[in-house]
Amino acid sequence: MQFESLAEFVQMGGYGAFVFSVYIISAVVLIGNVILPLQQKRRFFADQVGRQKREEREERVQS
Amino acid sequence: MWKWIHKFGSPRPFYEVSEYCLPWLSGMAFVTIVVGSIWGLLFAPGDYQQGDTVRIMYMHVPASILAQSSYMMMATAAAIFLIWRIKLADVAVQAMAPIGASITFLALITGSIWGKPMWGTWWVWDARLTSTLVLFFLFVGIMALRSAMENRESAGRATAILAVIGVINLPIIKFSVDWWNTLHQPASFTLTEKPAMPAEMWLPLLVMVIGFYLFFFTVLIMRMQAEILSREYRSEWVSERVKREAFG
Repeated sequence: MQFESLAEFVQMGGYGAFVFSVYIISAVVLIGNVILPLQQKRRFFADQVGRQKREEREERVQS
Repeated sequence: MWKWIHKFGSPRPFYEVSEYCLPWLSGMAFVTIVVGSIWGLLFAPGDYQQGDTVRIMYMHVPASILAQSSYMMMATAAAIFLIWRIKLADVAVQAMAPIGASITFLALITGSIWGKPMWGTWWVWDARLTSTLVLFFLFVGIMALRSAMENRESAGRATAILAVIGVINLPIIKFSVDWWNTLHQPASFTLTEKPAMPAEMWLPLLVMVIGFYLFFFTVLIMRMQAEILSREYRSEWVSERVKREAFG
């Protein structure tokens, strides 16, 4: 461990704002990259389930 | 060999195999990035000149390496699509562009935040930084070009051609630090030479680079799966999946 105390860790030798902003921005970009395709997939299934149910209903009405 | 390529080059087998790989890949990506970050932030030593700002390196360097090599992978997929018309390659190009754009953005922003305390400026218009900015615009341009065209077939070909032409930018980025005067230091991490830093620093850096690659393939597969579903929504196997999704 390179740091004696939590305060020292947060300070980062006076560069805390730079170091931690890099790690926070990186986390946001990486997590965003995971969330977007998950949402896309969920939306696709929701849309398709709706479409299938609608088509089934229409078939029943016609017959 | 060709039979194998055709089998896994078509959407459904790819989807099924990737579904099996994804939990492993994402798990390994998560573990390596968490371990690498903690290692870099807490246990790696500070630099004798740069102090604790050197910890920015553990995000900046992997992001920059991945930014360039993701472009190379995208251009390779684009060439495969142009030559052999493998549709899955087009799906890969489409999926890689936004990931590459976000990673290049990350490389630029982390470099900028590192530049301020070390160089005294957020940005200089030198060769390394400018050519990386061009890389970012290439990724964004490829996304914009695709979304601007109605027909998927011609959109795929146009973006693939642009992606292949853009490869010219990669050697410019790579050699910019040797060809022109720049504030940016030359590569301290190469495949062929011993790293110019102690093992306490390059080991966590290596872990982060591996983690970023694993991450890239994880989100690439996720995006490709989503894209395959929406392209193949009329096919039998996708509606089977939708039914399973709806009724458990």
